[in-house]
Amino acid sequence: MSEMKKIKNLKEFSTSADRFEGANLLCPGCAHSIIVREVLNATNDDMILSASTGCLEVCTAVYPYTSWDASWIHIGFENGSTAVAGAESMYKALKRKNRLKQPERNPKFVSFAGDGASYDIGFQWISGCMERGHNIMHVVLDNEVYANTGGQRSSSTPIGSSATTSPAGRVSYGEKKNKKDIVSIMAAHGIPYAAQVAPNKWKDMVKKIQHGFSVDGPVFINAVSPCTTEWKFDPKDTMNITDLATDSLVFPLYEIIDGHELNITYRPKNIVPVEEYLAAQGRFKHLFKDEYKYLIKEWQDRVDEKWAYLQRREESRV
Amino acid sequence: MAKKGWDEFEIGAMLRTFDGKIDDIAGTRQEDRAYSQNSSYTASVADWRLIKPVFNKDYCIDCQFCWIYCPDVSIISRDKKLIGVDMDHCKGCGICVEVCPTNPKSLLMFPEQADEETEIASWPKKDEEEA
Repeated sequence: MSEMKKIKNLKEFSTSADRFEGANLLCPGCAHSIIVREVLNATNDDMILSASTGCLEVCTAVYPYTSWDASWIHIGFENGSTAVAGAESMYKALKRKNRLKQPERNPKFVSFAGDGASYDIGFQWISGCMERGHNIMHVVLDNEVYANTGGQRSSSTPIGSSATTSPAGRVSYGEKKNKKDIVSIMAAHGIPYAAQVAPNKWKDMVKKIQHGFSVDGPVFINAVSPCTTEWKFDPKDTMNITDLATDSLVFPLYEIIDGHELNITYRPKNIVPVEEYLAAQGRFKHLFKDEYKYLIKEWQDRVDEKWAYLQRREESRV
Repeated sequence: MAKKGWDEFEIGAMLRTFDGKIDDIAGTRQEDRAYSQNSSYTASVADWRLIKPVFNKDYCIDCQFCWIYCPDVSIISRDKKLIGVDMDHCKGCGICVEVCPTNPKSLLMFPEQADEETEIASWPKKDEEEA
């Protein structure tokens, strides 16, 4: 095990040399690259990365350019996690046979995927990786929609959101089904570490990533990634929206250790009403019409219920 | 690199980010790396920008919020000090200005054509109401 990078404060963190390059084709203000940078900068070790099809993949590997300074592979929509798991298995086998050319190096295996590639299409593959116990980290960049193909709903899209396949209009308020609780599903595999992170809480995020690198076994990270194009807000507001998401508890930050021990890692000092979070985004604009106002109350109740549940689970230590 | 036609692409292409051997990427600064022409570091998205951030170092407290929240690795920070904005890779999203905590802000957005020196000379004064 190599020495873990010490990051006490942001100034210290800022001495990291980025391994992700600019001039990628992600939209201005996209949170994907903020998350990727925070993950890559959390360690100084070599990285073996993959990305499933999605915004991150199509924007960072446009022939003849690549934005990655580490080994990176893309295969298909569903199998980013298994590609990295295969590399990890080979690494383990070579290590066992003492055939590694540079045994002093300790590569970290990370697969990045969007919510489409994790919640829907790659679900079975990720589940397989978690079950087989590969020493990998799967990071979900959760923007709650298939942003790359033009905003179709995914099973991460929350109730009331207007997506191109579930548009809001005269007869519908948009998406009718609630978001899947992916962190609990993955934690139920009994994996050593599953956590929910947000890029605005960089310290919490780096701590969780480093913990994820230090444990032996599969790690699942779900990161909220506001999408300026599909959530319909101004590019400069990315971090403000993320602040609203974490402070309104729509996106609570917690971790689940060994599949049962739940810890809440961020408790907002002032809890913001969910209404403010919804009002800041164009995709929820129609909820403020009189006939759909009841949905906002339902949203608030749902968020409160989830928060109460998380607190109960944290207290009971089960 | 010679341009290839649509039917001449290899199935499964491998791009090398660096020319030659590089051992310690995480310990090598961007200016010291030997990027190959396949790295997007050598490309530019400066023409995406309508407004650009201008950095005024007089007010900067080196909190590095802009560095961590920049999506395009365009805030250049060396030895815990902010030294400028990488105008080849900045897309002008304006996050750095939003997260800047100083009063007045040490980064502000101006139209792409604006002259940096004149803007810094006429930088807004401290906003008392907000403080």
